[in-house]
Amino acid sequence: MKDRASADQLSRRKFLGAASLAGAGAALTALPAVAEPAKPDPLITEVQDWARYLGDGVDKRPYGSPSKFEKHIVRRDVPWLTASPESSVNFTPLHEIDGIITPSGLCFERHHSGIAEIDPASHRLMINGLVEKPLVFTMDDIKRMPRTNRIYFLECAANSGMEWRGAQLNGCQFTHGMVHNVMYTGVSLKTLLDEAGLKPNVKWLMLEGADAAGMNRSLPIEKALNDVLLAFAMNGEALRPEQGYPLRAVIPGWEGNLWVKWLRRIEAGDQPWQTREETSKYTDLLADGRSRKYTFIMDAKSVVTNPSPQAPLKYKGRNVLTGLAWSGRGTIKRVDVSIDGGQNWQTARIDGPVLDKSLTRFYVDFDWNGQEMMIQSRAMDSTGYVQPSKDELRKVRGVNSIYHNNGIQTWLVRANGETENVEIG
Amino acid sequence: MSKSVRLIAGAALTIAAAAVVLLPQQSPAQQIAARETAKKPSKLGLGRAALPEEIAAWDTDVRADGKGLPAGKGSVKQGDDIFQAQCAACHGEFGQGVGRWPVLAGGLDTLKADRPDKTVGSFWPDLSTVFDYVRRAMPYGNAQSLSNDEVYALTAYLLSMNDIVKDENFELNDKNFTSIKMPNAAAFFDDDRETSEKQFWGKEPCMKNCRTAPKVTGRAISVDVTPDSKAGPKVD
Repeated sequence: MKDRASADQLSRRKFLGAASLAGAGAALTALPAVAEPAKPDPLITEVQDWARYLGDGVDKRPYGSPSKFEKHIVRRDVPWLTASPESSVNFTPLHEIDGIITPSGLCFERHHSGIAEIDPASHRLMINGLVEKPLVFTMDDIKRMPRTNRIYFLECAANSGMEWRGAQLNGCQFTHGMVHNVMYTGVSLKTLLDEAGLKPNVKWLMLEGADAAGMNRSLPIEKALNDVLLAFAMNGEALRPEQGYPLRAVIPGWEGNLWVKWLRRIEAGDQPWQTREETSKYTDLLADGRSRKYTFIMDAKSVVTNPSPQAPLKYKGRNVLTGLAWSGRGTIKRVDVSIDGGQNWQTARIDGPVLDKSLTRFYVDFDWNGQEMMIQSRAMDSTGYVQPSKDELRKVRGVNSIYHNNGIQTWLVRANGETENVEIG
Repeated sequence: MSKSVRLIAGAALTIAAAAVVLLPQQSPAQQIAARETAKKPSKLGLGRAALPEEIAAWDTDVRADGKGLPAGKGSVKQGDDIFQAQCAACHGEFGQGVGRWPVLAGGLDTLKADRPDKTVGSFWPDLSTVFDYVRRAMPYGNAQSLSNDEVYALTAYLLSMNDIVKDENFELNDKNFTSIKMPNAAAFFDDDRETSEKQFWGKEPCMKNCRTAPKVTGRAISVDVTPDSKAGPKVD
């Protein structure tokens, strides 16, 4: 039995490329074969309730929810981060999801004055400013325009912002969970702007929300006319209220704060507005005291979601390492993974669609013999950008930037499988 | 749908159908003319004109150059009274911030410090941002309830709180507003990552023996601020 397991392990390693990962770290011992149980498994030998009695009928769950056994998989917040939950953020449980699409109900939330609950019949979108004809649209008007479907990631610029000075939060939900990836259905912003007719001197737009924060941001006209969408649906259903129902801006590859939710107004102008969110916030304070502004694009980034502190390794032998990579500049070209803190790397297997400005899923299938590992991932994008280490990033940015921390994350996996967020030097 | 809209939509459909039939029979000149027409954005005829009253109700934004400032005025003294009644519960009597609510004053010369204090006075580059933001979003939980004069007065009080104006009889209004310069205005520059961080592009990443064996230098579990812990670093 033991011999068979070893031979099997070797061939699988060869096939899956795990040998190089093992070679990079430590020699793996032969795997213990899974012993046959002393007694037959009652889950098999005894008839279970669900196999005897009738379950819920079709109308019991008119809008389905996840299984009751999945109740622990929820967005979570970090209460000490903010003064009030209405102006706060919670985090996507990245370690509990797979593939590239984030379930709508798990997409992280960030509000400035709570969720605006708007009846779509009461929603209006105004376009004014430097336009030939200021217009007002209803949701019905917008839904009569030509539609488009696109999958994009949305990352808050402050994602990983608590980690600039070192390892702070013990879980990839908290270190990296201000990102999600859904399919949007909506209309091109250009379609609406053409209806109003932009004047030739328009250089910037201002997007404004209908919420109690009246969230407003300036958007360069080149981007607005390029790929910006106004979305009314995500993952095939209407936007969730916390994601801007009934209408939000989709600004592919750019920081989440620009993706104004509950979008009620677009003003055309010839210069940026210098709103609170683009001056006092979402500017990157550098070590020399100066601040970089209009840092819209999200640089390439990746994180191993499993194993991670909330998802420790439970078994020796066969395991799946997986994670996500993304870039605001294009597609993910390659992801490398290290298990020895960056001494040696191997290229991970990307599986699923590789789309422009979308989360991309990677895997390394490997055998683990219980050795300590320092797991890292490194993303490369279609512009040749290579995700930097945290130290490389600190060297050019200092530690007071808050925003745009895309440095390489390290998880320490201990011999017992427990995994923790560490800083290495 | 109104009758006229229906007629326009109907006409557009007719034209579209006719074009499909006619295009193959067009002369080269006609085809060029058709392409030129196609370059212009074609209108869908959706949406309706925004009325001036509607634009006035929503277009309250104020730009750094003063565009959008309403007529009005308010003094530091008036602002102090409004601030104590409407703002101090969260921001503190002197803008020092209560608990984790934003600090509004102080922090000058801390931007290079280990723990910078990014306040209106020490960090914000434009005074218009205060006016625009307070007018649209404050007081927290009762937004858009302040009059324009009250917003001028609060803005004046914030200037005084940050020693940007020293005279407590100072009155801010739509005429003198853009003459106020903020201390940190010159410290902002446009995104230059593609040049200042160009070393992150185009290198072939190391795959073997890239560094010495790493040592753990910090652990999140030692910091102990993962949820259900009370203490933690301040993040804005």
